Amino acid sequence: MRDIKIQVNDLSLYYGEKKALNNISMQIPANKVTALIGPSGCGKSTFLRCINRMNDLIPSVKITGEMLVEGVDIYDKNVDVVNIRKKIGMVFQKSNPFPKSIYENVAYGPRINGLKDKTQLDEIVETSLRQAAIWDEFKDRLDDSALGLSGGQQQRLCIARTLAVSPDIILMDEPASALDPISTSKIEELVHELKEQYTIIIVTHNMQQAARTSDHTAFFYMGELIEMGKTNAIFTKPEKKQTEDYITGRFG
Amino acid sequence: MNSPLPIKQTFTKESLKKQFRLSEFLAEKIISSVAFLSIAIIFLIFIFVFKESLPLFSFGDKAKTEIQTTTGAEVETYGAETSTEEIQPETYGAPAENLEPESYGTTTEDLNPVVEEIAVTEPETYGTVTEDLNPDSASEEVVAIDEKVTGNKEGADKTWSTFFSTEWVPVSDNPRFGLIALLIGTLKVTVIAMLIAGPLAILAAVYTSCFASNRRKEIIKPIIEMLAAFPSVVIGFFAMMVLATFFQDIFGYDSRLNAFIGGVAMALAAIPIIYTISEDALSAVPKTYTEASLALGASKAQTAFSVILPAATPGIFAALLLGVGRVFGETMIALMATGNAALLSANPFESVRTFAATIGSEMAETVFGETHYSVLFFIGSLLFIFSFILNAVAEFYVKGKLIKKFQGK
Repeated sequence: MRDIKIQVNDLSLYYGEKKALNNISMQIPANKVTALIGPSGCGKSTFLRCINRMNDLIPSVKITGEMLVEGVDIYDKNVDVVNIRKKIGMVFQKSNPFPKSIYENVAYGPRINGLKDKTQLDEIVETSLRQAAIWDEFKDRLDDSALGLSGGQQQRLCIARTLAVSPDIILMDEPASALDPISTSKIEELVHELKEQYTIIIVTHNMQQAARTSDHTAFFYMGELIEMGKTNAIFTKPEKKQTEDYITGRFG
Repeated sequence: MNSPLPIKQTFTKESLKKQFRLSEFLAEKIISSVAFLSIAIIFLIFIFVFKESLPLFSFGDKAKTEIQTTTGAEVETYGAETSTEEIQPETYGAPAENLEPESYGTTTEDLNPVVEEIAVTEPETYGTVTEDLNPDSASEEVVAIDEKVTGNKEGADKTWSTFFSTEWVPVSDNPRFGLIALLIGTLKVTVIAMLIAGPLAILAAVYTSCFASNRRKEIIKPIIEMLAAFPSVVIGFFAMMVLATFFQDIFGYDSRLNAFIGGVAMALAAIPIIYTISEDALSAVPKTYTEASLALGASKAQTAFSVILPAATPGIFAALLLGVGRVFGETMIALMATGNAALLSANPFESVRTFAATIGSEMAETVFGETHYSVLFFIGSLLFIFSFILNAVAEFYVKGKLIKKFQGK
C-alpha cells in the first residue's frame, strides 16, 4: 500500500462514557475506493465521520489517538476544522440538497469560499454536474428547486455539490441505501469514475456493493477494526473467522 | 394455521357493514362548529364595528333626507322654548357669517321650506322622525342632539373630504377628520418599531438556534418569551419615564415623546413574538442541511446565514407579520409614548398619533351616534381591513415570491 492518504493510529472515540471506537489503526490508500463494512452499530459510520471531524457537532464526543491526513494530524489544536472539511467532502446517507435551486446547490460551496465571478461559477457548476453525470438531465432546469428531484437525482446532486469544492477525499455514508437498483448502479459507476481523481471512502451495508466498487475493504465489528485488506482477499479468503461469518451471511 | 388474535376475525358482509358511531359523529360536529364559530365571531366583530361607522357612507340623496329628518328633531326640541321662526337667527346667527360659504350655505337654504312644512304638519313629521332615528339618540339630551345635528349637517360628503386633509381636529365647530395624519403616524411608528425589532429578534433567534449551546438556549429562550407576557402598560411607562429621557439626552430632540420613542417601546413588545416564532422556524430546519453545509467547509456563520435562514424564510416572514400586527394595533404604548399629536411630518422625532391610540383615547369622550363616533369606528374597521390586506398580500404574493427566490422554483 503505497501512497497512503490517511494514516490512523490508535483512534478511540467515546460518546460520554461509552467507548464507540476502540483503538483503530489503519491506512487508507490514495486514489482508491475503500469500503467500510460491518453490522449496524459497529462504528463504521462513526469512524467515517471522524475523518472530517463531523463528530465535533456532538458535544459529548471525546476522541483520542491520531488521524493523519497526508501526515497532518487533523485533531491537532492548530488545525482549522473548516479547512479540513473543504479538503474532505462528505455525501450523506439521506440525500440532503439545500432547499434552493439546482444551480445554487452546486454553487454554494464555491460561493462560501468567496468565489463571486458568475462565469467561473457557471463553469464550476457545469463541470461538477458533468462529473456527477447529471449535466444532461439538469442543464435545462438549473433554476428548479432541488427538492423536486427524485431520490437518486438528489443524491447525485449532493455528490456534484461535494465535487464543486474540489476536495481530495470524498466520504460516502451509505450513499445508495435509500435508492432503487438503477439509481444505485448509477452511483456505483460514478464512484468508479471518480476514484481516479479522488480518494473515496464508502460505508455500505451492501456486501455486493462493497465487492463491486471498492479496492480495499475494512471490516468493523463492535467498535473494532477486525480486518482490512484488498477487497478480493477479504471476500474470497478472509483471515479472520468473524469476517468470514459476516461476509457469508452467518450473522449481521 | 393458528391465528395470533384471540378472536378469529371473520370477513362476512355483516361484520364489514357500515356502522354509525354516535360519539364520534357528535365530537366531529362539535369540533367543526367550534371552528366555524370562531370564524363567525371575527366576522361579527367586524360587522359590528363597521355598522357603527355606516352613517359615514350615506352620500348624496340619503344624506339629504337625513338632514331633513334631523332638522325635524331639532325643531321638536326647540319648539317648546321658542317659536320656529326664531330658531334660525338664534342658533346659527353668529357662526353663519363665518361658516356659511363653507358648510352651511346649502343647508340653510334647504332649512326654510322644511321648517315651514314641519310647522304645518307637526304630528306627521313627529311620526317619521321616530321611525328613522334611533330610539336611543332620540332620548338623548338636548345638547347631544344639538351636536349630532351639527355633525350630520356637515353631511357625509363633507366628512369624507376631511378624511384626506392633514388635520385631526375632531372636536370643533368645523371638525376635520384627517385620517392621513393618523395613517402616516401609524406607519411611522410601525416602520420604526419593525426596523428595530425585526433585526434584533431575528438575530437573537439565529444566535439561540444556530450558535448557542443547549444550556444557554434553555436559559435565553424562556426569558425573551417572558417579555411577551409583559403588560404593555408597563412597557409604555418604562418608555415614557426612562427611554424618552435617555434618548433625548442622546439625540437632543424637542418633543420628549415622539414616534421614535413609541417605535422603540413597541419594538420591545414585538421582539418576543418575532423571536419565538423565528426561533421555532429556524430550529425546525432539518439538521441534515446544517451537516451538509458544514461538510462542504462552511463556517457556522455561513451555514446560519446562507442555509438555515433562507430555509426558514416562510416562518420568519410569518413572525414579522405577527410583529407588524402587534405594533399596528398596539394601543397603550402608543397612548403613553408617542406624544399623541397628529402631526404630519417625516421627522421620526416628532410626536405622532396612531389609529389605535386615537380610538383608545377618544372613544370614551365622544357622543354616541355622532360623526366623531362613527369616524372612530371607521378607523376600527380600517385597522381590521389593513391587517386583513397585509396578511392576504403576504400569504398569496410575497411569501410565494420569497420562497421562489430563496428556494428555487
